[in-house]
Amino acid sequence: MPEAITYTEVERHAEPKSFVGRWIFSTDHKVIGIQYLLLAIVAAFVGMALSMLMRIRLVWPDRPYAFLETLFPTGAPDGVMTPEFYLALLTMHGTIMVFMVLTTAPQGGFGNYFLPIQIGAADMAFPRLNMLAFWLTFLSFMTLMAAFFVTGGAPGSGWTAYPPLSALREATSAGNGQDLWIASIAIFCLASVLSAINFIVTTLEMRTQGMTLMRMPLTVWGWFTTAVIGLLAFGVLLAGGILLLMDRNLDTSFFIPAGLVVSDRLIDRAGGSPILWQHLFWFFGHPEVYIAILPGMGIISHVLATFSRKPVFGYRAMIYAMGAIAGLGFVVWGHHMFVSGMSPYSAMTFSILTMAIGVPSAIKTFNWIGTMWGGRLRLDSPMLYAIGFVSIFVAGGITGLFLGQPALDMYFHDTYFVVAHFHLIMGVAAVMAMFAGLVYWFPKMFGRMMNEPLNKLHFWLTMFGVYGVFGPMHFLGTLGHPRRYAEISGVDYLAERGSAELHYFITIASMILVTAQLLFLVNFLWSLFAGKKPQSDNPWESTSLEWTLPSPPPHDNFAGRIPVVRRGPYDYSVPGSAKDFLMQHEPDGAGAAE
Amino acid sequence: MAHAAAQENALLDLGRKKLGMWLFLVSDALTFAALLVTYSYLRLANDWPHPFDFSPAIVFSSAMTFVLLSSSLTMVFGVAAAHAGDRSRAMKHILLTALGGVVFVVLHLMEWRHLIDEGVTPFANPWGAPLFGGTFYLITGLHMTHVIIGVVYLSVIAFGFRRGKFDSEDVEVAGLYWHFVDLVWMFVFPLIYLLSVAPSG
Repeated sequence: MPEAITYTEVERHAEPKSFVGRWIFSTDHKVIGIQYLLLAIVAAFVGMALSMLMRIRLVWPDRPYAFLETLFPTGAPDGVMTPEFYLALLTMHGTIMVFMVLTTAPQGGFGNYFLPIQIGAADMAFPRLNMLAFWLTFLSFMTLMAAFFVTGGAPGSGWTAYPPLSALREATSAGNGQDLWIASIAIFCLASVLSAINFIVTTLEMRTQGMTLMRMPLTVWGWFTTAVIGLLAFGVLLAGGILLLMDRNLDTSFFIPAGLVVSDRLIDRAGGSPILWQHLFWFFGHPEVYIAILPGMGIISHVLATFSRKPVFGYRAMIYAMGAIAGLGFVVWGHHMFVSGMSPYSAMTFSILTMAIGVPSAIKTFNWIGTMWGGRLRLDSPMLYAIGFVSIFVAGGITGLFLGQPALDMYFHDTYFVVAHFHLIMGVAAVMAMFAGLVYWFPKMFGRMMNEPLNKLHFWLTMFGVYGVFGPMHFLGTLGHPRRYAEISGVDYLAERGSAELHYFITIASMILVTAQLLFLVNFLWSLFAGKKPQSDNPWESTSLEWTLPSPPPHDNFAGRIPVVRRGPYDYSVPGSAKDFLMQHEPDGAGAAE
Repeated sequence: MAHAAAQENALLDLGRKKLGMWLFLVSDALTFAALLVTYSYLRLANDWPHPFDFSPAIVFSSAMTFVLLSSSLTMVFGVAAAHAGDRSRAMKHILLTALGGVVFVVLHLMEWRHLIDEGVTPFANPWGAPLFGGTFYLITGLHMTHVIIGVVYLSVIAFGFRRGKFDSEDVEVAGLYWHFVDLVWMFVFPLIYLLSVAPSG
C-alpha cells in the first residue's frame, strides 16, 4: 500500500467578479502571463512585417508600394522606401524584437504563468506590482510604436542607439522619434526591474513544502536566473537612457566629443565620449542576450526530459551552467567594442572571458544531447521545436567563437556575419523555445490542444526558412558585406561574388518563413476555440506541479490545497516504478497496481 | 497569510517586503553606480574645474550632509520604537526623519539657486569643462528626487503606522530605503564636492 499524497491547506483567494478586474487590470499571474504573451505575439508580427519591408527594399529598391505611401508619407514618398526609412525599419525591428518579444514572452509570459504554479504558490509575491509591471511594459510598447508617427519618423540609430547619431538633433534623427525611443526603453527598464524583483522574491519565499531549490524544475531556474540578470542590468541601461535624453534635450554633451562636424557645421559641444555610451549600453546589452535565451534553455531542458522519458542529464550541472553564463555575461560586454579603439590588452581579456562562456554553453548542449541519448523519444511537436532549438543554438553558438576573437572580429565586425550569428543564437533559438513552450503548455493554459500536423508543417517550414535566411548571411559576411546599408551599388568585390543573388535567395526564404508564421498564427487562433480537448489534465505525462491542475487552472491555482512535494522534477522511467513517470507530489510506488 | 505553511521553506528569513526592498535597492544602486562611473570617466577625460571654496560651499554642503546623516539616526530610533510597539513615539521619530529630509532638500535647492546665479547650467559654467554642470545637476538631482520620494514615503508610513494600517516591518522597510538614500549621498558628497575643492591660497 503506497503512501498517500499529502496537501497543505491554505486560505482561498477571492476571484474578482468584474470583467475589468478579471481580464484587464488583473492581479492574477496567469492572466498577466497571457497578457505578456499577447503583447509579444502582436509585437512579433509587427517586427516581422518591418523585416519583410527591409528584405523587399534590399532586393527591389525602386519598386513603389501605394500602401507604404499612405502609412509613411515621409518614409516612403511615392511608395518608394528612402534609405533613411530603411534605417528606421532596422532600428524599430531590432528594438521591438529584442525588448517587446524576446524579453517579454519567455520571461513575462511563460514565467509569469508557470513559475508560481511550478513551485506550488497561489500567486506571485507582489500581485499588484506584477500588474503594474505589465501595464508599464504595454505603455513602453505604445510609446515605441508612436515613434513611427511623429515628425521625422522613427529613429535610425539602430537598437543600440549609438551616439553621436542618436544624441544630436543636428544628425539625421531630427524629430522626436529618438526621444520616444529613449522614453520607451526607460519605461521598459522600470517595468523589468519591478518584474525581476517579483520573480526573485516569489522563487525564494513562496515554494511549497518539500519544494527545495534542488527540486525546482529547470524552467524555474531559468526564470529565476534571468530575473537576477534583469535586476542587475536594467538599472544601468536606465542611467544611460537618462544621459542620452539629456544630451538631446538639455544640450549636455555626455556622449558628444569636441570638434564634431555634422552636415558641414561644427557642433558646439565638447567633453563627452561616444565610447562611454557603448560601455553603458553593452553592460546591459550583453546580459540582455542571456535574458532572452535563459528562460528558453529552461523550457527546452524541461521539454526534452518529458519527451525523452528520461531525467535531465546533469540536473545540477545545468543549474551551475546557467549561473556561470549569467555571471560571465556581466564581464564580456567589451567584445562588442573590439573595433572601438580599445587597448589590445583589454580586448584580449574580454576575448578570453567570452571564450569561457563556451564552456557552460557546451555543458548545456551536451546535457541536452545526453538527455535524449537512449531515451524513448516521443516526437510530438514540442519535442521537434526543442530539437530545433538545440540545432540552432549550436549553429549560432559556433560563430560566436569566431566573433569573440579580436583579430577575426576586426574583419567580421558590422558585417552580415554578425547579423547571422545573433539572429540564430539569440533570436531564432529563443523563438524556437517559445514555440516549444507554447505548444507544450497550450493544453494547460487554454484547455485545448494545438493542431499537431499543422505544428509539424510549421516546424519544418520554419527550420528551412531560418537556415535559408541566416545561412547565406554568413557568406555575405565573409565577403565583407556591411550590415545596415539600404543599398550597396557599384561595389565590385561584392557584386562579382554574387551578393545580389544571395540577397535574392534570402528574401525568398524569408517570405517562406513569414508564411509559416502566419500558418502558426492561424493554428493558434483556431485551436483556441476549436482545438481538440486534451485526454487528461496531463496530456504529455509530465511531472511538474502545473499538470496536477485542471486546464485552465482556477484563479488561485491549487484551490486552497497545495500538494507537498516529494521528489525532484524529472523522475521519468524510475526503475521499479509501475508507470514511466512519477509526478513531483507523488510518493514512491505511486501508480502501482492496487 | 495564505502561505504560512510555505514559509518554512523560505530560503531567507527576511520576509517578502524586506527582500523586495533590498532587491530594488540593488537595482537602484546600479543606476547610481553607472552615473558615478560616468562622472568619474568624464572627470578624468576633461580638465575638471575645482570651484568649491572651503567656505561657504564645503561648509554648507557639510551641514547638508550632517542633517541627512542625523535623519538616519532618528530613523533608527523610529524603527526601534515601532518594533517595541510604541506607535506614537515611532511616528514622532519617523516624522523627524522626514523633516531632516525636507531641511536637506531646502538647503540643497538654496545651493542649486546659488550655482544657477553664478551661471552654472547643464551645458555651460564659468570655470571650464561644460559637463561639470551636467553631471552635477544630474547626480545631485536624481539623489534629491530620491529624498523627496523618501519624505513622502516616510510621511505615509508614519501616519499609517500610528493608525495601525502598517506594521513595524513596513517601518523597517521604509527605513532601509532611507538609509540607502543616505548611503548614496556618502558617495556623492566626496566625489562631487570634496574632490572639487578650490586649492587654498
